[in-house]
Amino acid sequence: MNTPNKSGWKPEVNAPEDGMHAGPETVTGNRALMLDEPLIFELADNMATGVDLPEPASNAPSRLGGMERADAFGLPGLSEPEAVRHYTRLSRQNYAIDLGLFPLGSCTMKHNPRLNEKVARMPGFADCHPLAPVHTVQGALGVIHELGEWLCKLTGMPAVAMSPKAGAHGELCGILAIRAALEARGDARKVVLCPESAHGTNPATAAFAGYEVEDIPATGEGRVDFDALKARLGPDVAAVMITNPNTCGLFERDFRKIADAVHEAGGFVYCDGANFNAIVGRVRPGDLGVDAMHINLHKTFSTPHGGGGPGSGPVVFSEALAPFAPLPFVEQRGDSFHLVEEETAKADHEQSFGRMTAFHGQMGMFTRALAYMLSHGADGLKQVADDAVLNANYVLRGLDDLLHAPYASSGPCMHEALFGDDGFEGGLSTLDLAKSLIDEGYHPMTMYFPLVVHGAMLVEPTETESKASLDQFVAAFRNAAERAKAGDESMMQSPYYAPRRRLDETQAARKPVLAWQEPDET
Amino acid sequence: MRYLPLTDTDRSEMLAKVGASSIDDLFVDVPEEARLSGPIHGLPLHASEMAVEKHMRRLSKKNLAAADAPFFLGAGAYRHHVPASVDHIIQRGEFLTAYTPYQPEIAQGTLQMLFEFQTQVARLYGCAVANASMYDGSTACWEAVAMASRIARGKRSKVVLSGALHPHYAEVVKTMAKFTKDEIADAKPVMQGSPDNEGLIARIDDNTSCVVVQYPDILGRIPDLAEIAEAAHDKGALLIAVNTEPVALGAIKSPGELGADIVVGEGQSIGVGLQFGGPYLGLFAVRDPKHVRQMPGRLCGETVDAEGKRGFVLTLSTREQHIRREKATSNICTNSGLCALAFSVHMTLLGEKGLRQLAAENHRLACLAADRLASVPGVSVLNDGFFNEFTVMLDRNAREVVRELADRRVLAGVSLGRLYPQADDLAGGLLVAVTETTTEEDIETLGTMLREVLS
Amino acid sequence: MARYFTDEHEWIDVEGDTATVGITDYAQEQLGDIVFVELPEVGAVIDKGGDAAVVESVKAASDVYAPIGGEVMEANAALEDDPALVNTSPEEDGWFFKMTIGDKSEFEGLMDGKAYKSFVDGL
Repeated sequence: MNTPNKSGWKPEVNAPEDGMHAGPETVTGNRALMLDEPLIFELADNMATGVDLPEPASNAPSRLGGMERADAFGLPGLSEPEAVRHYTRLSRQNYAIDLGLFPLGSCTMKHNPRLNEKVARMPGFADCHPLAPVHTVQGALGVIHELGEWLCKLTGMPAVAMSPKAGAHGELCGILAIRAALEARGDARKVVLCPESAHGTNPATAAFAGYEVEDIPATGEGRVDFDALKARLGPDVAAVMITNPNTCGLFERDFRKIADAVHEAGGFVYCDGANFNAIVGRVRPGDLGVDAMHINLHKTFSTPHGGGGPGSGPVVFSEALAPFAPLPFVEQRGDSFHLVEEETAKADHEQSFGRMTAFHGQMGMFTRALAYMLSHGADGLKQVADDAVLNANYVLRGLDDLLHAPYASSGPCMHEALFGDDGFEGGLSTLDLAKSLIDEGYHPMTMYFPLVVHGAMLVEPTETESKASLDQFVAAFRNAAERAKAGDESMMQSPYYAPRRRLDETQAARKPVLAWQEPDET
Repeated sequence: MRYLPLTDTDRSEMLAKVGASSIDDLFVDVPEEARLSGPIHGLPLHASEMAVEKHMRRLSKKNLAAADAPFFLGAGAYRHHVPASVDHIIQRGEFLTAYTPYQPEIAQGTLQMLFEFQTQVARLYGCAVANASMYDGSTACWEAVAMASRIARGKRSKVVLSGALHPHYAEVVKTMAKFTKDEIADAKPVMQGSPDNEGLIARIDDNTSCVVVQYPDILGRIPDLAEIAEAAHDKGALLIAVNTEPVALGAIKSPGELGADIVVGEGQSIGVGLQFGGPYLGLFAVRDPKHVRQMPGRLCGETVDAEGKRGFVLTLSTREQHIRREKATSNICTNSGLCALAFSVHMTLLGEKGLRQLAAENHRLACLAADRLASVPGVSVLNDGFFNEFTVMLDRNAREVVRELADRRVLAGVSLGRLYPQADDLAGGLLVAVTETTTEEDIETLGTMLREVLS
Repeated sequence: MARYFTDEHEWIDVEGDTATVGITDYAQEQLGDIVFVELPEVGAVIDKGGDAAVVESVKAASDVYAPIGGEVMEANAALEDDPALVNTSPEEDGWFFKMTIGDKSEFEGLMDGKAYKSFVDGL
């Protein structure tokens, strides 16, 4: 195991050391394996191509109705070797789970098994059209059905909508089902309650669906204040949206009581399932009174984050909301699978709130998630939650003597550990600590979220880190925390060793340059 | 378990360190009645890589893959050849297993790629600015409608949908509008050789925030957007153009140059593959940069680092949910990053030259197919103009014909009955899409088979 | 000319029937580098306390509320090209908008310069 050099911290990487020179400037600006790469627009011209296609015949028929695109529009082309090199060089400017620990709290960056990639590419899944005749795609519909069954059983919920394209789309799905259910009973409620610690998508979703958003107060120990919430409930509250385990990394002990109170007041309970990975196989949200919950397949079930997506956000529903679920969905009848779309919905699903995306959901993510579930099985998934929670507690207890951990005494954490910036000296902030972790070879933790903790640092190691990996990470984190508490000014310029130093975000926002332009055009 | 590195020894040591006697101690906050005693009933236990692969292969084989039959399906999802290097690059771990580039110093790979992608999309669409992608074409279409409402500052409530907008896209807009204040003026496609611009324009009024037109439309026809743009602008409304086949824009004018204000679409054709409907790639662009701050989704912009080196960051984030919460332009968080990478790599391999060649080859084969099918008794081609997809009218129920041909291992197209199940007058319609993956032999087979089932 | 301040850190200059509104030096310092100001439309009628403008830094967007009710007469076009004016000259060149004064009694309860200074000192 590598240990960080506790005594020999050298922020001035470019300064010559004893007997060593920083080295000469290079002609290319590259430094050995540190290769900078121009934009494709600077590398290539519009007449090059990396595919072999026939040149169109001059007398080819045209039935474009006079809409031919005559003018050049400036898309550069590269041959295959140039293109592969361009993107390979770019890839090396990225941090990734494959390179190291990626402790983004609530984002759950766990290992992405490569078996998942292999099965997603099987021709029966990758090369099937969404509108192919249903009897020719029984296997694909079977995957959707099988994954749906897993999700229902793991959550203890009776129904699932598979089409939402990502977590936030799933939230929208849940809230729209709630609104449809309320409207069906002629109940025009106006308010959705969200804790202040909620992810921004929660209030954004509720607002998008036409609701006013109000904060739910929290207790000093980082959980929903049950009494205050209960006092706020009434005939105007459509739903509460609560993340469980919450974004402070704690299990909402009173969830069942909250759900009962909300139901008694005529509202619905939406659970943000972003953190389901902490309890999968151990706790079924259906047993806690949840009416709707989205599951981010890329968090709990290991589908790749891909630099920002695609996600996939199936939503499980209680009996009360199931009739309002969106179209389309898969139904098993005897030995075969049917696709319920607008046509058949009239007859047996008339309360559905409608379609929220063109096709059937993120098939490519379904195959990956199913492969992951089958690999772990019911026993392995429980172990996933156990190890994720154990790893997070190990990090929490490895740092809470040094860093302010506001909820360290609120009980064990779940899958993530939360710290604040109390005690940082010399104007140093969470941002500076984060950028220093980059120099140590880590992706920083989630910063400044949740909003309820000053300078929040939310650390989620996930179950796919070894003990040795955690030990090294804790050592590096401790070192950075000690420096922040000592007011080590050099942290303000970190990172020193990344492909780029700190970037000027103010300039980017004041004078947005969002597309490349030929230099002579500007 | 192969994905879990902790050993039992590690676990005991770590439990001791955190002061817990067993793992159950860490779950004390779960109410006792909600704690499960063992593995969840009714689910299988863990399985080897080999066993899982076998299970999935069995399911995969129950599907008739596009490569295994003459294939003519389109209607918003198209089968194109994706170069092998595209799939190689998107499987590089540094792209595949990276997160959203919130720490730009160690995410320049993703960010530069997104900047290149945004530029490619903007140029393809004839627009000034494109975002870093949405979930898919249908959700991008709704987001464009919502954006037009924001630009109208709530003073205009009517949204005019062309009758020839993909019915699934129209359904998504109608679903979302049920929960907002937008009033959706919808229509059925008018079955004639050219799009019904006149009828569409007549529906635009002073209360219209936007007009939504598909280009080429669901029947494969190519509407003259310039005429619609002018009429919309006369009434103070925005024109939203929807494109579901980006390859077409290698042959026909871009929506931006024809005056569309917001251009959205499905990017799946380039690099992504069919994947039974997802994940796909929503493209989103605006012609006038002044509308940028009303756009949904992530935007990547150019800047410099502390040493003056060019670099890229996510920018204008105050539009987004993680900062603006209930006042955000959209609740979208995830984009379709890996599909955007696939699109961008494929587009870089094509270049403008390759895209134009690809488009020409699609059009050549489509013309061939239209002529061949027109020669079949009981078949007539509806379109005056088309790119790589056109509508034929059969003298039988097209949905039944599609099923019968599928039984003979020919995937003949998408019937209008599948898309418009309630419209009996469209029941004879069949959408036929032809791409570079279609062979002349496939076209001949379709002609022969159609003749058999129609006679 | 009289200058008033609000506890939302806005200043209001009153000259005849016209009020000019901006944010204070204290406010710009708290917000950091301003990258964009969304100004109200000319002709918009806003109530006291209603949303009038949005001021954005890289990581935050803050609403600016109308300190009094009235109709917007002019928005500061200079901020479109150079939002940094709010940082460099918050209480002069970086003004946000001019408005009519609907009801002079709405000035009651606003602070003068001295009162605002002690308000800020107490924060």
